[in-house]
Amino acid sequence: MNVTITVNGEKTSHEVEDRTLLVHHLRDVVGLTATNVGCDTSTCGACTVLVNGESVKSCTVLAAQVDGDEVQTLEGLGGDEGEMGPVQRAFREHHALQCGFCTPGMVMAATSLLRENPHPSEDEVRAALKGNLCRCTGYHNIVRAIMSAAESTEGAR
Amino acid sequence: MSIVGTRVVRTEDPRLLTTGASYLEDLRLPELQGAAYATFVRSPMAHARITGIDVSAALDEPGVVAVLTADDLDDLPEPSAGAEPLLAKDVVRFVGEPVAIVLTEEHYQGEDVAELVSVDYDELPAVVGIPQALTDETLLFPDKGTNVLAKGGAKEFDDEAFAGCEVVVERTIVNQRVAAAPLEVRAAAARWADDRLTLWSSTQNVHGVRDELTGRLGLGKEAVRVIAPDVGGGFGAKIGADRETVVVGWAARRTGRPVRWVETRNENLMAMSHGRGQLQTITIGGGRDGRVQAYRLDIVQDCGAYVRMGGMLPFLTMLMATGVYDLPRVETAFRSVVTNTTPIGAYRGAGRPEATAAIERAMDLFAAEIGMDPAEVRRRNFVAPDKFPYQTPTGATYDTGEYAKALDTVLEAAGYDELRAEQRRRRERDDPIQLGIGVSAYVEITGGGPEAGETARVSVHPDGTVTVWTGSSPHGQGHATAWAMLVQDELGIPMDRITVRHGDTDVLTEGVGTFGSRSLQLGGTAVHNAAVEIKERARELAAEEMEADPADLVLDLESGTWTVRGVPGRGVPWAQLAERAGPDGLSADTTFATDQSTFPFGAHVAVVEVDMETGRPRLVRHVTVDDAGPVVNPILAEGQRHGGIAQGAAQALFEEVAYDEYGNPVTATLLDYTFISAAELPSFELVPMETPTTVNPLGVKGIGEAGTIGSTPAVQSAVVDALGHLGIRHIDMPASPERVWTAINEARTAQ
Repeated sequence: MNVTITVNGEKTSHEVEDRTLLVHHLRDVVGLTATNVGCDTSTCGACTVLVNGESVKSCTVLAAQVDGDEVQTLEGLGGDEGEMGPVQRAFREHHALQCGFCTPGMVMAATSLLRENPHPSEDEVRAALKGNLCRCTGYHNIVRAIMSAAESTEGAR
Repeated sequence: MSIVGTRVVRTEDPRLLTTGASYLEDLRLPELQGAAYATFVRSPMAHARITGIDVSAALDEPGVVAVLTADDLDDLPEPSAGAEPLLAKDVVRFVGEPVAIVLTEEHYQGEDVAELVSVDYDELPAVVGIPQALTDETLLFPDKGTNVLAKGGAKEFDDEAFAGCEVVVERTIVNQRVAAAPLEVRAAAARWADDRLTLWSSTQNVHGVRDELTGRLGLGKEAVRVIAPDVGGGFGAKIGADRETVVVGWAARRTGRPVRWVETRNENLMAMSHGRGQLQTITIGGGRDGRVQAYRLDIVQDCGAYVRMGGMLPFLTMLMATGVYDLPRVETAFRSVVTNTTPIGAYRGAGRPEATAAIERAMDLFAAEIGMDPAEVRRRNFVAPDKFPYQTPTGATYDTGEYAKALDTVLEAAGYDELRAEQRRRRERDDPIQLGIGVSAYVEITGGGPEAGETARVSVHPDGTVTVWTGSSPHGQGHATAWAMLVQDELGIPMDRITVRHGDTDVLTEGVGTFGSRSLQLGGTAVHNAAVEIKERARELAAEEMEADPADLVLDLESGTWTVRGVPGRGVPWAQLAERAGPDGLSADTTFATDQSTFPFGAHVAVVEVDMETGRPRLVRHVTVDDAGPVVNPILAEGQRHGGIAQGAAQALFEEVAYDEYGNPVTATLLDYTFISAAELPSFELVPMETPTTVNPLGVKGIGEAGTIGSTPAVQSAVVDALGHLGIRHIDMPASPERVWTAINEARTAQ
């Protein structure tokens, strides 16, 4: 079937097999490989993207389900010149990534959280990250980065 | 001012945070154009005879390139005795064992086709768990006559070992099987062209992968190139080439097609090496004055279905058995058994966390028995600072250590006395949320060993930039930043002009990799030494250039230029010297090797609240001293500690790989395997302490595993400590709410 999705502001249109998952569509067809696959049960959150501004695990939805929608991935978070957005900058500043595999999903989940709750408490950040697993950082610096991004005047936008 | 020791944000991060890294599945290389996708057919049975494999239905499916089984491996050399089969032939020995490989044009077709490969199994009784293995009623390898495939240490324990001890405590404890579970699962890609295999692997050591491939495939070293792209975590389980990786390389040669493979998480939890898996019987004896006089550690290691590292891990456990304590009499022994479960391999700490878990539990049990504060008992038994280098009764030589200082520092930082006071108050008022305080002290072994070493190449180019090649193999640790800092510190060339590369056996033909907390002390030292060598050559070149005595040449580290002492002027920049050095530029290759290990140490305090109604333990604070010598970049060292603490806490409280009685894995998805999340952890409180080693010129030890080694026993101890007033002395890991609730209720019933 034909699927038309606006990805990071650009309209894409492709013929896809019905069973194609959004994550594979983004990676293999659209060609954006930042979004990773870390599990097969929608548990780890490595594949988190924003669909119409809300965080969604892209391994859980079919490409066909977001036909006509807007999808944002890590590649679409920065500015036109490739500069990083506030959440990305905070992740770097606070060493909130090591191997980097969970990072794209983690950054998208954090972005979504800060849009819904611009000034979360530490407990709220931790609860919000329950669906995004990281094996490297012990989450300590991820939590600090998100708290810091929340404090920055620009917020997450 | 030196950049070494300062907080430098990572040079790796901008790419990882904008376009994402380039992990194996992200590779879009021309060499892999038209690659077939590999899917493994895996055993659904823990133990069975294969009586037939019918691939005909699979071959009829659209998109099938090949379906290959053990019978097709006839073009390979005879495997060495005891080698794990690449594909199961007559018998399968664990659920998830690869039986066949399916190659398809499209990725999604793989699972469809794999389902159509019909394998006839004749089920055999499954051996699940160490106690059953020890009965030898069912054997995994009947020709061996036993499931105990390795043993070592004391042949017999001395009946008199505990004679004269006022108090003796004995207990059998479980160090449970856990999953490494890196976020990136295993993956490989391979291409056979011009009589040469190029294999991309998500690995911690490309050279180890190459050597495994040459051995199994019967190829010369020059016929195999292994490349590691960005690697999404390893934790020990990505050391070397697993059988799937070898089969992918073989399949590329066999079919002439490039092949790429990535497993699913379900496969990862079934077939990637698990960690730990020991049953330990600890016996500890001593006086009521708190002095321990004798300690015995009897280990049974579960190897899983094949002996990967299960024969070796207990040696490390025995080597580190006495921990930070000066114990007059020590006995250790081990047996390694095979079971119909996933093979055991290295996992963050690999044998050493098991040693610390055992001795720290023993110290707690002993302290409880004599009614002494557990921190005080530890203090009375530490190896004193004036005893270093200290030869342990188990054969290790500890380089440097300040164990009492580490403990006192962490107790002070945690506010230990106030925590105990708060615990007393809660006990007095029978608070429904009780407080537990767990203390651990540890030492571990990192880096050196008879075959230890690491390689580096540092090249200064005529444009003034530097390329560093390292035989070490980062997968999140931040080598690119740390190595550049070391080079800037030595050469005065700013980090932003230094590129660090790794993971290609064609560029550095020799190297070892990243595991066992070895990178900085071996790989970092190799880089440092290469930079020192370059500096000496540059001094000669600068002397020629400036017609001066080399001894008068001075490198100004601020500007990165060479000047003649006492002579004013602009000086000669690095670029000019690299130009002068000739077409090969200014380059040095080094290997740093030492047979002396280093022994990082520290002490942790964990604070746990236990809900007495539900049994739920909650880690509310975790305070640590982790001393691995001088810190090159505190950001990176703290990151290693954070991750380590979380993994240790995960083992203590949540994670366990489990099987049912038939050997079916019941934790083979992330829904079932209780991988620790942010919601279950507090922020950590890290206290700095730096005691250098004399083993390498940087004075550094390894920090990668320390957090895990210290935190596991501290957190477990904190849970038990919360219930100490009920007479509870031990709860096996993971201390799940159910286990804690059961312990509380049994204790209350008994009272």
